[in-house]
Amino acid sequence: MNIHEYQGKEIFRSMGVNVPNGSVAYTPEEAVKAAKELDSDVYVVKAQIHAGGRGKAGGVKIAKTLDEVKEYAKELLGKVLVTPQTGPEGKEVKRLLVEEGCDIQSEYYIGFVIDRATDSVVLMGSEEGGTEIEEVAAETPEKIFKEEIDPIVGLMPYQAKRLAFNINIPKESVNKAAKLMLSLYNVFVEKDASIIEINPLVTTGDGEVLALDAKVNFDGNALFRQKDVVELRDLDEEDPKEIQASKYDLSYVALDGNIGCMVNGAGLAMATMDTINHFGGEPANFLDVGGGATAEKVTEAFKIILGDEGVKGIFVNIFGGIMKCDIIAQGVVEAVENVGLEIPLVVRLEGTNVDEGKKILEESGLDITPATTMAEGAEKIIAAVGENK
Amino acid sequence: MGVFIDKDTKVLVQGITGSTAMFHTEQMLEYGTKIVAGVTPGKGGQEVQGVPVFNTVEEAKRETGASVSVIYVPAPFAADAIIESAEAELDLAICITEHIPVLDMVKVKRYLEGKKTRLVGPNCPGVITADECKIGIMPGYIHKKGHVGVVSRSGTLTYEAVHQLTQAGIGQTTAVGIGGDPINGTDFIDALNAFNEDPETEAVVMIGEIGGTAEEEAAEWVKENMKKPVVGFIGGVTAPPGKRMGHAGAIISGGKGTADEKIKTMNACGIETADTPSEIGQTLIDRIKKVDGLYEKCLTVK
Repeated sequence: MNIHEYQGKEIFRSMGVNVPNGSVAYTPEEAVKAAKELDSDVYVVKAQIHAGGRGKAGGVKIAKTLDEVKEYAKELLGKVLVTPQTGPEGKEVKRLLVEEGCDIQSEYYIGFVIDRATDSVVLMGSEEGGTEIEEVAAETPEKIFKEEIDPIVGLMPYQAKRLAFNINIPKESVNKAAKLMLSLYNVFVEKDASIIEINPLVTTGDGEVLALDAKVNFDGNALFRQKDVVELRDLDEEDPKEIQASKYDLSYVALDGNIGCMVNGAGLAMATMDTINHFGGEPANFLDVGGGATAEKVTEAFKIILGDEGVKGIFVNIFGGIMKCDIIAQGVVEAVENVGLEIPLVVRLEGTNVDEGKKILEESGLDITPATTMAEGAEKIIAAVGENK
Repeated sequence: MGVFIDKDTKVLVQGITGSTAMFHTEQMLEYGTKIVAGVTPGKGGQEVQGVPVFNTVEEAKRETGASVSVIYVPAPFAADAIIESAEAELDLAICITEHIPVLDMVKVKRYLEGKKTRLVGPNCPGVITADECKIGIMPGYIHKKGHVGVVSRSGTLTYEAVHQLTQAGIGQTTAVGIGGDPINGTDFIDALNAFNEDPETEAVVMIGEIGGTAEEEAAEWVKENMKKPVVGFIGGVTAPPGKRMGHAGAIISGGKGTADEKIKTMNACGIETADTPSEIGQTLIDRIKKVDGLYEKCLTVK
């Protein structure tokens, strides 16, 4: 789960991580009010969307006066920002963060991630602040330093200092930087984060160390014990179909193609997309209905797939293991009748009671094309969608 | 034979009084698995499907001699259940539970260092040695005894592959589901190593997916150590970066963990890969036909 920068900074502030003063604004008037509360002669007005690359896309403005704050707020609110992370359609700005400017001396990158290779939380740092860390990793990997954290003792002060020295934070600021990293680790662990990135972390003219940005992702599997984090969720930033899917415990990811997919199991769902692609088609989505594909779930899955206007045909690919094929077939028939399907539907059933399942589809009188293998199903739906154009 | 479990394995079920666990306990018993105990704190003294329930793993082990645990405990309590099974010094803990917080797994992995217990999973279908012992949630009937080992991050893709093998007459030794989470117990290399040492296993199918670099590491290991043919499949060629594809671990982040990279490394290490999942069975058959008499030996299903 993602949150906005301003929300991340509020958490940081409450847990002892040094950040610039500032607050959120939903209107130009609120932006001016927020700026007035700051003891500063330079204000930064930052668009709040769940995507990085906002600065380059024109989403961050420096204002010298309250009038300028108002001007920039008017300009940014309602504007659609397109960054490398938003996709070509961009994201509309609905919230702003207004904060005090600061006298930046140097910029650094620090981040905490779950490292799969070492099964631990790793602190990463680089003196190449402000640039994309992936670029640094690809071009100058020797400039990235890592500290592997033992969950029993947590991040140790010497590790934080070693990282600070390694990324060339000025000697007089090393202790402050280390304190900030230790506090950030506490945020990571106590709030069940999955990623925290500060890019940039800055040192200022008066020797302060500040987190100038805050990218925080939370582990969706831990939200049951993070009630205050759940409250920060901004549904405007999420795909409405993905929200709808999650209500029915369906796992859905929208893609750009025209063949809707409904599959049981994440691995099989991915492989189904790949198979469609392999035979020259384009999948419209990833959709895993999970182990228990009931009629209700299948109906909801159909509704979600059909909510995408680009979908010209649907491929249902089910390997019935514990869940028997006849029960799934019944679910598909009921769902098709419920939603009144008008586009081609190919159903591939395999596994337990497959013959009974196929018989149910056949006898339903519905226009359902059966397939025996995944490859055959993919070819059939691609052909059907081709004819329908 | 096979790896990790066989017909003599005595199994206890953690969380046995939950509805999913009850259903699968029945299925496992039907398959012939020796389920000797269940554990649900506070429900000691009860019976489920004729299986005695205990309050603790330690007690269940002491009273029944169980050496392997299968865990169906809900996600918020699953890390606790894994650590309890390790503290009781079981040989193997197979965790079916999905959606365990990743920081819980960081602690579990650290706890398991130096311990006797092997963990399989979490978020996996389990382990099955064909016609001997089924531990988990996979459909038993598709598995037939033979000489091919299967190791996979995905449940349904494992079924798909096993079904193709069985249909083509190729039986299996053991199918190991290592799970779809970013941090898991047994990895590809552990399973491949076990298959390498198993006298019954003659060839292996490994099924991976996007995210992480476990497949690449396994491929390098195969190149250096594996004495038996290995073929593979990787799911997620069409997955967009930055999106989690169902499994918590199936995500391309920072340009790392793409299917293309994995396939390239596997091929370079001598692991032939199927272009589509429908061809996994055939890819294995083509590969074992290159070894004199191996295909004939592997044709064990009538």
